[in-house]
Amino acid sequence: MTQKSLHKRNNKLAQSREQLDFLANGIFKNGELPTFKTKLAETGIKELTANTLEILQINVGYMCNQVCEHCHVDAGPDRKEIMTRETMQQCLEVIKTTKAHTLDLTGGAPEMNPNFRWFVEEAAKAGIKDFIVRSNLTIIRANKKYHDLPNFFKKHNIHVVSSMPHWTQGKTDKQRGKGVFSQSIQALKDLNAVGYGIPGSDLRLDLVYNPSGAFLPANQSAMEKDFKHALLDDFDIHFHQLFAITNLPISRFLDYLIASENYEDYMYALVEAYNPQAAKSVMCTNTLSVSWDGFLYDCDFNQMLELPVNSKIKHISDYNENVLSGRQIVTSQHCYGCTAGAGSSCQGNVA
Amino acid sequence: MQKTYYDPADLKKFSKISDWNEELGEKFFDYYGKVFEAGALSEREKSLIALAVSHTVQCPYCIDAYTGDALQRGITKEEMMEALHVSAAIRGGASLVHGVQMMNKVNKLEM
Repeated sequence: MTQKSLHKRNNKLAQSREQLDFLANGIFKNGELPTFKTKLAETGIKELTANTLEILQINVGYMCNQVCEHCHVDAGPDRKEIMTRETMQQCLEVIKTTKAHTLDLTGGAPEMNPNFRWFVEEAAKAGIKDFIVRSNLTIIRANKKYHDLPNFFKKHNIHVVSSMPHWTQGKTDKQRGKGVFSQSIQALKDLNAVGYGIPGSDLRLDLVYNPSGAFLPANQSAMEKDFKHALLDDFDIHFHQLFAITNLPISRFLDYLIASENYEDYMYALVEAYNPQAAKSVMCTNTLSVSWDGFLYDCDFNQMLELPVNSKIKHISDYNENVLSGRQIVTSQHCYGCTAGAGSSCQGNVA
Repeated sequence: MQKTYYDPADLKKFSKISDWNEELGEKFFDYYGKVFEAGALSEREKSLIALAVSHTVQCPYCIDAYTGDALQRGITKEEMMEALHVSAAIRGGASLVHGVQMMNKVNKLEM
């Protein structure tokens, strides 16, 4: 199990340039596999363009209480990048004016940002319709100061989206760390206890499934059925939807793919599963990602690869929806992760 | 000609079988696809059956494909190994049950 981030270990893949070089060379350079741009063109898509903004995704910091093997953020307790209240204030100004219906808070563990609750309260006042917090679940049990999070979420009608790689302890702990499964189960029970995830409840609790290895996720609705059945039978736990998300070949997952000699086979699988329908509705066409220091990206993955938006507006403090809309999306081979099979986005399947 | 009988890369070329007989190839792949669709059995159950049979027929391509397929479907190692033991039990049992024939013959021939 990983204990430290790639950054802390001074692993060369902690540098986004190294990752981008790796993705641009090898099987994509020698023509064995088509680059993402070539594949788009083959299927009649000249370029991906940003449409009207619907989802504003804000990464409030890379600090996390977990060090998951597959983390694309390279998050962990040793990451110190945290959004300041000043940057949050700049985000709030945008939230007040944007027509985006969803505010999506992610990290790291977003709850670990010392200004998290203040930010949620202020953003709630701005009247966003769907307010998502991507919670790793264990944070709720990690420290007494987080035990009341389910009630806090409920108070602001936050839509909780939580990671859960499997309904068994073995697979979950292997990916996310020892003890994560039992802590997650307890956290889900805490959320259920205040009404989250109960059938018919307005308090939405959705789970995210990431494969725990070098393979793609299976059909989302079939997986949802298995998850629901197992969690209800074994633990009396309810949740609403399961989002099956493909692991993108960047950061710690890329490091794992290379070290386990699965990189080429995984890229073959992604390219083979390319679905032009999914490509037409990838999340970057209606999402904007804001980093802890206020810079703008097409998605959280591009943020980690330090690929900024292709626009003269680069920072939340200069935000202008009209200028950003219609921009060309910045892509590389990692984008195959979002176009495989039924497609993959932070909001679940897209095709 | 390659130096080994099996090459993992050949699995990706399976569909090329149709190149030399398009009609039968396509019929086969249509049938194959239909077989694995959810019906009275779920796709998950069919995947486990396929994994077990792959071992019975000792097909390296099939083992490669259906191990990956099982992982994708969230099938656990424990479920996979139990399915294999079903396959092994039937295979072993198939040998052993013929022992009855042997015993019948012995009983017939011996005084």
